[in-house]
Amino acid sequence: MSLLAVRGLDAFYGDFQALFGISLDIAARETVAVIGSNGSGKSTFLNAVAGVLPVTRSAIVLDGIAVGGQPAHEMVARGIVLVPEGRRIFPSLTVEENLLVGAYRAGSGRWNLGRVYELFPRLAARRRQPGVNLSGGEQQMLAIGRGLMANPRLLLIDEISLGLAPVVIKQLYEVLATVTAEGMTTIVVEQDVSQVLRIAHRVVCFRHGRLSLAGRPDELSRARIAAAYFGV
Amino acid sequence: MSEREQALTVRRTTPASRAGLAGAIVVLAVLVTLPVWGDPASMRRLVEFITLLVLAQMWNLLAGYAGLVSIGQQAYVGVGAYALIALADDVGIDPFLAVPLAGVIAAMIALPIAAVVFRFQGGYFAVGTWAVAEVLRLLVANTGALGRGTGRTLKAVFPLARESRELVTYFLALALGVAALIGVYAFLRSRFGLGLMAVRDSEAASETLGVDVFRTKLTVYLVTAFGTGASGSLIYLNLLRVSPDAAFSINWTAASIFIVVIGGLGSLEGPLIGAVVFFVLRELLADYGSWYMILLGGLAVGVMLAYPQGLWGLIAERWDIRVFPVQRRVWRA
Amino acid sequence: MGWIDTVVQGVLLGGLYALFATGLSLIFGVMRIVNLAHGDFSILAAFLAILLMDALALNPLLSLVLVVPVMALLGYGLQWHVLNQLLGRGLLPPVLVTFGLSIIIQNVLLETFSADSRRLNPGAIDTASLALGRGLAVGWFSLITLGVAVLVLVGLQLYISRTRGGRAFRAIADDRTTAALMGIDHRRLYATAMALSLGIVAIAGVFLGVRTTFTFSSGPDRLLFAFEAVIIGGLGSLWGTLLGGAILGVAQTVGAKLSPGWGVLTGHLVFLAVLLMRPQGLFAQPRRVDS
Repeated sequence: MSLLAVRGLDAFYGDFQALFGISLDIAARETVAVIGSNGSGKSTFLNAVAGVLPVTRSAIVLDGIAVGGQPAHEMVARGIVLVPEGRRIFPSLTVEENLLVGAYRAGSGRWNLGRVYELFPRLAARRRQPGVNLSGGEQQMLAIGRGLMANPRLLLIDEISLGLAPVVIKQLYEVLATVTAEGMTTIVVEQDVSQVLRIAHRVVCFRHGRLSLAGRPDELSRARIAAAYFGV
Repeated sequence: MSEREQALTVRRTTPASRAGLAGAIVVLAVLVTLPVWGDPASMRRLVEFITLLVLAQMWNLLAGYAGLVSIGQQAYVGVGAYALIALADDVGIDPFLAVPLAGVIAAMIALPIAAVVFRFQGGYFAVGTWAVAEVLRLLVANTGALGRGTGRTLKAVFPLARESRELVTYFLALALGVAALIGVYAFLRSRFGLGLMAVRDSEAASETLGVDVFRTKLTVYLVTAFGTGASGSLIYLNLLRVSPDAAFSINWTAASIFIVVIGGLGSLEGPLIGAVVFFVLRELLADYGSWYMILLGGLAVGVMLAYPQGLWGLIAERWDIRVFPVQRRVWRA
Repeated sequence: MGWIDTVVQGVLLGGLYALFATGLSLIFGVMRIVNLAHGDFSILAAFLAILLMDALALNPLLSLVLVVPVMALLGYGLQWHVLNQLLGRGLLPPVLVTFGLSIIIQNVLLETFSADSRRLNPGAIDTASLALGRGLAVGWFSLITLGVAVLVLVGLQLYISRTRGGRAFRAIADDRTTAALMGIDHRRLYATAMALSLGIVAIAGVFLGVRTTFTFSSGPDRLLFAFEAVIIGGLGSLWGTLLGGAILGVAQTVGAKLSPGWGVLTGHLVFLAVLLMRPQGLFAQPRRVDS
């Protein structure tokens, strides 16, 4: 049985339909990359799974239990944790406090402050500074660390490469690779296709709110990916 | 292609507005002739009704259109009242002429007050306006020339016969009521009004479109101070006796708020309906003192929670009526 | 020595004002709501204390043991069932609803307790005073009020800065949608904040009732003084609130000494002066950059 089963997921922003009947299975310990151009619906997909967007109950099944439509804070208790687009570090909190608040409703698990600092030593060096004083790349590390502190069963990561230099993106994905290698079930939404394919077991592509491609990275040629991405 | 070319026009009048205009003219005719067939008590009641309605419309303009929630408008009621006494008794100006002048004085005082309260936003703005009203109340209560805590009586009208005074007061009230209605309506239909509604809907967006948000808000604040001051002076022309606790009482603003909330915020028709409801309730519950206020408060809270668009909002939504249309609509010609 | 005495009395009065101000400042900081019925709730608490005193012959300070939890519960319910329903609808509805509540509370109190002035008699401690030398004496009760205010402020400060709950408060004040991604339900926290606010203002109300007479209409002035103390001290700083309260208190006592009708007015004028000259308050904490 898959950890997450998405069945016929529709999502709306007011009257505007952003997702059309998405169906997808995610197995435990799997890392799935979600790619697609701007406006294709990939961030919407993560928001729907995370409970930020209202959806029908049966559309999201976690471990056999229909949880669609639960609000975001409830989803965290169930183990679905979203690292949001744009990092969204809390300005009134220090680095350490940002991490601690990530554990507000943490399940049991291996992640704690110490392990996060091991993973991201630069965060440890800046632990008492206001979170927003960090550089873009460090803020992204903080956002990921904050997500890990909740000991998620399913980690959702939305576009970490935005606004970051390529060398920083590369470092982030190297760290992310160690996290996924340990067995964290992860869905990564990403614009920078080449980086994310390296850590993904599977890749799916969105176009105009629908799945246009699914498969293993080594099975798919660049041409096929581009076709699915751009609809050529 | 010919269907696409079918002309689209932009119009403001609606069938309801034309009916409303006709109805308004009829009502006005009735009111103008009231002194002939009515009694002095109803005339005084109507003066009360109209002045309260004007207060409410001013508050509505401020909060519903400019987004400035003030609980300190009673400051201008008090200023209007005391300006009336000072101008009529101390300076010797004709008391009826003093009414619009009192409005001007209120608008002048509103300028430095705005310099203070515009530093706040939202809830703190509300408390700030109320703090200012309290300062004015206490200053007046400590000023000998204004009668201190006991207040003063308007003496300039004593030479006049009671019927004449009441008659002129009545027509002055009618004039104020009509002027306020037309004034607010014309204001909102103007380019300025369009900018105002843009500010209400989104300050940031309207700024990018070139609307001077600060100037817009300040203008509305001064204009409503004028209207509130004029109405305040008329209220006390009717009552004749002024005291700081009465003239600067928050009850004036409370009444305005209830009228607007229950009737419907941000529309011209709303305060009209709200004022009628307010008065009817007041007559019905006159013997029950504070229960009346409790009911009114409960009603306001309930309406805010369940039907924030107010009574008129419900009606307008249900039947898509606009008696005082301020929006432009696209019609097929 | 009259002037030193006046200033000291003003500082002690400031302790009471700080208690009033703290609850107001807390909910504004967390949820950007101004509770226009804030003062009326404190008077409600004072009347509750009167009921308990009459029914159980309790000392008013002891009645706090019951009054504070009751008011806290009331605050939780108010936020959960009423104010939380208004979220996302702008600044107008909470102002109007709390204003309506203010009118309702005042009139309910009027109907229930009539317009008579009341006072809470705490017994011997009312007149007990501490001699500070040089002919200066301060009332024990005023000292206790100041002490309680400091305790409440310290407690709140520690809670906000050191605990899991406090971090959550700061997180939702910053960004409640992202806080939801951490599992934080802002509706519950808002209700908790309101419960805290009313619990604290209940203490303030009872202390006020011991100190001076009060009636059903005493609420609005308390809101005004609380507001002024917050603005003078500066938003975002709990210690600023204490100092703001002290400055307001001193302004009022000095003003009253100069001329009996001028006490409250002097306070208002000092408030306006601070607002005009240093609008961010005297001790404001600069807010970190909003993301």
